[in-house]
Amino acid sequence: MTKFSNEVWVFIEQRNGKPADVSFELLSKGRKLADAMNGTLKSIVIGNATKSIAEDTFRYGADEAYSIEHPSLHHYKTLPYSKILTDLVAKHIPRIVLFGATIIGRDLAPRVASRTRSGLTADCTDLKVETINYLGKNYENLLLQIRPAFGGNIIATIITPDNPIQMATVREGVMEMHPVDRAREPKITQIPYATDGIDEMITIVEQHREESKVNLKGAPIIVAGGYGMGNKENFKLIHDLAHILGGEVAGSRAAVDAGFIPHERQVGQTGITVRPKLYIAVGISGAIQHRAGMQEAKKIIAINTDPDAPIFDISHYGIVGSAMDVVPKFIEAYKHRLK
Amino acid sequence: MYHSIVLVKQVPDTTNISGQVMKEDGTVNRSKLPAIFNFEDKVALELALQIKDQFGGTVTAITMGPPRASDILRECLFMGADDVYLITDRKFAGADTLATSYVLSKAVAKIGKFDFVFAGRQAIDGDTAQVGPQTADKLDIPQITYVEKILDIHKQTARIRKKIEGGYEILDVRLPVLLTVVNNAAEPRPFSAKRVMTYKGAKSLLELEKLVEGNSLLYIDKLVYEYKNRSLFIPTFTADDLQIDIERCGIKGSPTKVYNVESVVLAGNVPVRIENTIPGMNTLIDKLLEDRILG
Repeated sequence: MTKFSNEVWVFIEQRNGKPADVSFELLSKGRKLADAMNGTLKSIVIGNATKSIAEDTFRYGADEAYSIEHPSLHHYKTLPYSKILTDLVAKHIPRIVLFGATIIGRDLAPRVASRTRSGLTADCTDLKVETINYLGKNYENLLLQIRPAFGGNIIATIITPDNPIQMATVREGVMEMHPVDRAREPKITQIPYATDGIDEMITIVEQHREESKVNLKGAPIIVAGGYGMGNKENFKLIHDLAHILGGEVAGSRAAVDAGFIPHERQVGQTGITVRPKLYIAVGISGAIQHRAGMQEAKKIIAINTDPDAPIFDISHYGIVGSAMDVVPKFIEAYKHRLK
Repeated sequence: MYHSIVLVKQVPDTTNISGQVMKEDGTVNRSKLPAIFNFEDKVALELALQIKDQFGGTVTAITMGPPRASDILRECLFMGADDVYLITDRKFAGADTLATSYVLSKAVAKIGKFDFVFAGRQAIDGDTAQVGPQTADKLDIPQITYVEKILDIHKQTARIRKKIEGGYEILDVRLPVLLTVVNNAAEPRPFSAKRVMTYKGAKSLLELEKLVEGNSLLYIDKLVYEYKNRSLFIPTFTADDLQIDIERCGIKGSPTKVYNVESVVLAGNVPVRIENTIPGMNTLIDKLLEDRILG
């Protein structure tokens, strides 16, 4: 059997020169994966004047950084970015490559995986390196890629057994960011880059970006509403409750799809993962994808009309009743207590 | 005049899980879920039809799946697709996104001339959003994912608005291009009553063979000839038709494997029940204050 490499790579995403949190979260996870297989962790930084980002990656455990800098790479563009990464992957054959499951990561990773014929698993909620037996054959240090599937009715563990390269994407907030105690001396390898024809196939005409003011990840108290709120008018109750508790408003995917609340406030596998002190789930049935994004909250209160709703299975306190009835009572009691 | 090929997928309806599909052990009986047209793919088809309405050209819809996936191809005809193809073969079964995109890219190449390839951003059964970009890569054409709007098409350039983190971006792209579209990029048109009447009897070869099995007076060759004449024949691409490398299809061509599947069984923890009354709320608030969760 051919010996595979033991390198773990993390694609470091930057938007307008600012690194994405998810990239550092992945470095923290990547450090653990690399240690588990006695390997090295490398960060791949593509952009313009991104030296400080490359340096930052060492604080989160990188052993080495590959840096590709060019004025034309300031903004993410599918074709040049995927070509750079494809060439690097094809040359070095890393064992694991991790991407944030962001709009950019989900555009880039499949293209690179396709060209290098690598396995790619989307939206993993956990990653582990283990030695396993699959179909009677032993596989050393294989990446176990764990993700809910099939509308959250199953949890699947995906492996890439016979391929040298295992790629995965992970949503922001799923992994925790930890600076390392003793960072390595930065070792940054510059990879030369010259533009070519593919760079001109797509041009950016304009870009509108607002820094998100929503900080769900850092909020100690989150009040989340689900499809059970019925309509946007009723959803105002969620805002009222969040307001009086000094918390942030969030929603389930169903609430986002129904237009009750914008996507940037979605908690769950395809939204944001949160770990607040208090999470109040109102009218949320508790599908696994939602639970994946909030079950590590310190205390969970569930309010639901259905006493059998799965959300109660992970809650500390449960109130059976309609939101329209329960929430105003809670607000009243809390206001009284504040006096 | 522009030619579009739309990649569509039939998916199990995982969004509306009712009691009827729950097994006794609390897990979902997947085979009982209804099969539906992946919504974002319908949006993709709508955008392709809008280009045809405005500039002329053709719209071709293709799907890879089991024989029953011809259901959604009929729906594509009802909406206005000119041609549809069913890509089906036992050798394609068990494909991950890499193997799927390989087969789809071969089918697109076989159909030939196109300016646009459209797909939904992702399918609700896997939510991976990988097949679009992987197909674009194999066709060696640019891609734009998360498309919100087609702003303009001029000669061989399209101006596209796509979603980015915290906003949007406007891009000019040289055709041909593959676009994956988000769910609010367009409102899929209702079926045309006239087209439903015309195409409700459209059938694939496998469906015609079923008819023949049940009726000894029918001959398959004659039936196919008749259906073709009436433009009611849904052509099929098999592995042989596409002349592809079998090693790159289906389970064989899929680097990722499912190692373990656990059904989510709902049971276990019992929360502290709080009465839905003011005293109940007071108890809850006291506990939260005690634990320093509030205050």
